[in-house]
Amino acid sequence: MINTPNPTWQGWLRPDGRKGIRNLVLVIYTVECASFVAHAIARDEPDTHVIGFSGCYDNEYAIRLMLALARHPNVGAVLSVGLGCEYTQPGRIAEVTRASGRPADSFFIQDAGGTSKSIQHGKEILARLREQSERETARVPMTLADLTVGCECGGSDGTSGLAGNPVVGAFFDHLVRQGGTAVFEEIVEMIGLRDVLLSRAADETARQQLADTYDKAEHYCREVRQWSASPGNFAGGLTTIEEKSMGAFAKSGTQPIQGVIKVAQRPDHPGLWLMDSVPDPHFMQFGYTNPNDSEGLMDLISSGAQIVLFVTGRGSVIGSPVAPLIKITGNSQTYQRMSEDMDFDASPVLTGGETMEQSGQRLLQQVIAVAGGEPSKPEALGHREYFIMYKHQETPNLSQGCRA
Amino acid sequence: MSANAFQISSSDNVAVVLDDTEPGVVKVLGAGEGSIVSAREPVRLGHKIALVAIAPGDPVMKYGVRIGHATAPISPGDWVHLHNCASDYDERSNALEVTTGAPTDTPYE
Repeated sequence: MINTPNPTWQGWLRPDGRKGIRNLVLVIYTVECASFVAHAIARDEPDTHVIGFSGCYDNEYAIRLMLALARHPNVGAVLSVGLGCEYTQPGRIAEVTRASGRPADSFFIQDAGGTSKSIQHGKEILARLREQSERETARVPMTLADLTVGCECGGSDGTSGLAGNPVVGAFFDHLVRQGGTAVFEEIVEMIGLRDVLLSRAADETARQQLADTYDKAEHYCREVRQWSASPGNFAGGLTTIEEKSMGAFAKSGTQPIQGVIKVAQRPDHPGLWLMDSVPDPHFMQFGYTNPNDSEGLMDLISSGAQIVLFVTGRGSVIGSPVAPLIKITGNSQTYQRMSEDMDFDASPVLTGGETMEQSGQRLLQQVIAVAGGEPSKPEALGHREYFIMYKHQETPNLSQGCRA
Repeated sequence: MSANAFQISSSDNVAVVLDDTEPGVVKVLGAGEGSIVSAREPVRLGHKIALVAIAPGDPVMKYGVRIGHATAPISPGDWVHLHNCASDYDERSNALEVTTGAPTDTPYE
């Protein structure tokens, strides 16, 4: 077990009582046609991130996701930019964000008069929003109990299940014992593990949720004939989805699973939670689940996670908007080859240089440093990849958690 | 320096090699601590080496669970991967190139 004095650091208090580890301005575009202008508005602006949805036809899942990110604890203000033709309404995004107590504004590029005028107009709004957010937001002390941390893995190899994911599991165990919240996803990477998964349920309600979620995911994978394993996984020594699944599940640690949340839903009490990001049945067969790593990270951040962890064996250079990403590898070759991008080397646990608890302790220190304001490696490099796709998920039942 | 492989559970019939490994003696760590296996071919970091003989159709065990089944006779010290092991679920994985994992079943023109 990890033993450490309960650390504190300074965060930002939001009107709903949640606390952020960053105070960001978020620019949200509502169709691909507005993406160039949105990125140009944010360019060279401090602490300003961009997300958006590409489609002209709107999608309830995508809107829920964007609203969860607009009201995320790390976000202090929002500017939503549309072209003017699309279904998704930037004015409604700003309205819902303002109702959360955050300054927010919106405009259409067609009304502003084209590219240059929109960029200038957007930058003027941004300055006003930032000034208001900084003036109105209180700094408060934070502890691990205020923290939600999400984790997914990508580019997994034979070391991920031996080192990277189990070290996250050790960290998650500690976070949960300190009153914090841990969220993991990738139910499509728990194939073959139905009994193992159900044995971790905190109670009968959670057990039923886990059973339903597993059965939906396995059925979905059979229907679309897609199993969540990539060429890089196979090159890295993973032979089957069942093998990859056991490794991926190790990130959940040993604590009981409180229940299942859907995308843009946040846990209604602390502890360990599984996020279901698999599409629900719908007359439209929307896309694939886990289309890429960035999509999964956006889903995790929508739960309110102020920090996300990413375990890789093969190596990755992605980051994430809204919540800093900490990248972990258990592959010593990858850590050395890509040290510019890898935050944490979990490989010493494989060679006996470190126990799992010691490595989890070291990861805890790194998470606390990033929570306190130190940029993670992808954050310092400016990586903020995002991916919001068309998907269908049933609106979560309000009694099973709070809509973020 | 001899190479190392990690056996996770005592019921596993494969172990994960911890370095790029050449044919020869491999020390087993973890559940099989103290035993050795003789690698019959090169096995790369993160890949699996058979600890015992596995007959076609028999389960391949790792983490103490069935991760698939053998599709060819496997001898102790063999590299265990797509060429001799298959998922019980995923039918496509055996159409992937065995070293790079690149798909061979998608037309490009």
